[in-house]
Amino acid sequence: MLNLLVSIKQVPDTTNIRINPETGTLIREGVPAVINPYDISALALACNLKKTYGGKITVITMGPPQARLALKEAIEYFADRIILLTDRRFAGADTLATSYTLAEAIKFLEKTDRPFDLYLFGKQAIDGDTAQVGPGVAARLNVPVITYTIKIEELDLEKRKIVVQRKTERGIEILSARLPVLLTCEKEAGHPVFSPLSAILQAQKAEPEVFGADGRIPYDLNRLGLKGSPTRVHRVYTPEIKKQGKMINLDEVGVEAAVEEIIKLFKAKGVL
Amino acid sequence: MTAETSKEVWVYIEQEEKAIHPVSFELLGVAKRLAQDLEGITAGVLLGHEVSDLTSEIFAYGADKVYIVSHPALAYYRHRAYAKALYEVAKRYKPEILLLPATPLGRDLAGGVATLLETGLTADVTELSIDKATKNLLMTRPAYGGNIMATIICPDHRPQMASVRPRIFPMPERKEGRTGEIITVEVELSEEEVGVERIGFIPKEKTVKIELAEVIVAGGKGIGGKEGFAKLFELSKLLNGEVGASRLAVEAGWISYEHQVGQTGKTVRPKVYLAVGISGAIQHRAGMQNSDCIISINIDPKADIFKISDLGIVGDWKKIIPALIERIKKEKGLG
Repeated sequence: MLNLLVSIKQVPDTTNIRINPETGTLIREGVPAVINPYDISALALACNLKKTYGGKITVITMGPPQARLALKEAIEYFADRIILLTDRRFAGADTLATSYTLAEAIKFLEKTDRPFDLYLFGKQAIDGDTAQVGPGVAARLNVPVITYTIKIEELDLEKRKIVVQRKTERGIEILSARLPVLLTCEKEAGHPVFSPLSAILQAQKAEPEVFGADGRIPYDLNRLGLKGSPTRVHRVYTPEIKKQGKMINLDEVGVEAAVEEIIKLFKAKGVL
Repeated sequence: MTAETSKEVWVYIEQEEKAIHPVSFELLGVAKRLAQDLEGITAGVLLGHEVSDLTSEIFAYGADKVYIVSHPALAYYRHRAYAKALYEVAKRYKPEILLLPATPLGRDLAGGVATLLETGLTADVTELSIDKATKNLLMTRPAYGGNIMATIICPDHRPQMASVRPRIFPMPERKEGRTGEIITVEVELSEEEVGVERIGFIPKEKTVKIELAEVIVAGGKGIGGKEGFAKLFELSKLLNGEVGASRLAVEAGWISYEHQVGQTGKTVRPKVYLAVGISGAIQHRAGMQNSDCIISINIDPKADIFKISDLGIVGDWKKIIPALIERIKKEKGLG
């Protein structure tokens, strides 16, 4: 029986993001929160694996209390256990503190239950686009990571082996790995299907198990949230709209001078 | 890692099949500028198996030093092997800054290495500079789909790490014969700990992709016909670029649809977009306004394309394009 962990993030729907033109800050009010689309693929992949091999799906997220809604939705993907990591001390975490918070919780779950065979993450979250948390958690769990997964070709629980297709710049790599392994998923990895009514009803009733920095998970408080984050936001601003550059009139400056202006830019941009 | 570090600005040199990804050279260019502001030096880190031939290229593009790890386990990219090797080198030699390409492989590597080093990492940076007062690295990146820009700092941890997208920074000048110090670093790696093995590869099919071109010479209604486009093809070939077109030029049948740029065509982001005889309707601009540098030639001084151009030339393209072709041929020693 497969023991699967899926890590998800609740994100603002970036297609709906608006900027306050006076302050240059995000207008968060009224922006719907959704499960990060790549995490949906990870959930769908887990759901398919559970159908094929049987087993258990644990879904974890770190976020504000309202992230419980994302976990409830995960029940529609046949999640068996949903875990919410929420605490004011987790707030303001960059990717290093986030991977620490998640990895310690995952270690705690493994210690109190049993080890996972596969850890499934989205390839990146659409609000930050960093793609750093998956590899970061893998480093902390000391397991191999395969990013940009598009397909599981083969899974052999007895031999503890998995064959995965991943997308690279030059093509598709086929990799064989031993379990456990952490996969970060592309959209192609799993497609959401319509959940049966029974699952939807179950999702409405489900409530996550909630963990904070209260000591049940043995967190080092100095490594959590803003305190545990090496990076700081120094400044936030709206990008400048491109300004009109230099204008010249061919008949006034002559062909030769105009050509030199173009050559100068070609060289500055490294294309000549 | 908070210990004192030597002021070295490092670039992770991405290589596959013993070919260096050109973004590595772009990063050497920006590393050089940062190193100057820190009064430090620039170094490349090269991981692989039997790749020492590549060091001359890294020096030619401005590195003062190259750290090299050569190991059979590094024969092709695998996260655990590469992450451990890069981590070990950084831990031993303590760079001030470590830049990685924000390519799929570079991003895969960066997150793991930053975690092992317990330091900050900023992804997809589009601007880099040194804060004059604090000497910290200022890393600016787009957030929320490019709706806002955020400048990130990593004040108390070293190295300061950032990944940078290809074609954000210009290619630095290449100086043949430039040399520097080579430092060979031994790292212990075993197949057992790597845990992943490549058992197959399906290469991408090559197709004409103007989306990926670094130079696009695009023509519109003002080009007047197929003969005009022949001149644009001649120019783009000299620049190793592709030819783009406006919807009007495509609909007139002067060039095929696969060259169309704009809302109903392709979105491009080349280093240089040369718009010839294109008025610049919003639908066209939507497909090319993120180009690094836009140069426009149009007979009409009121053409909208000029509003977003770095260089606008009011005049007849038939006068300037042939002269430009001759000038580039001369530059390349072809004429």
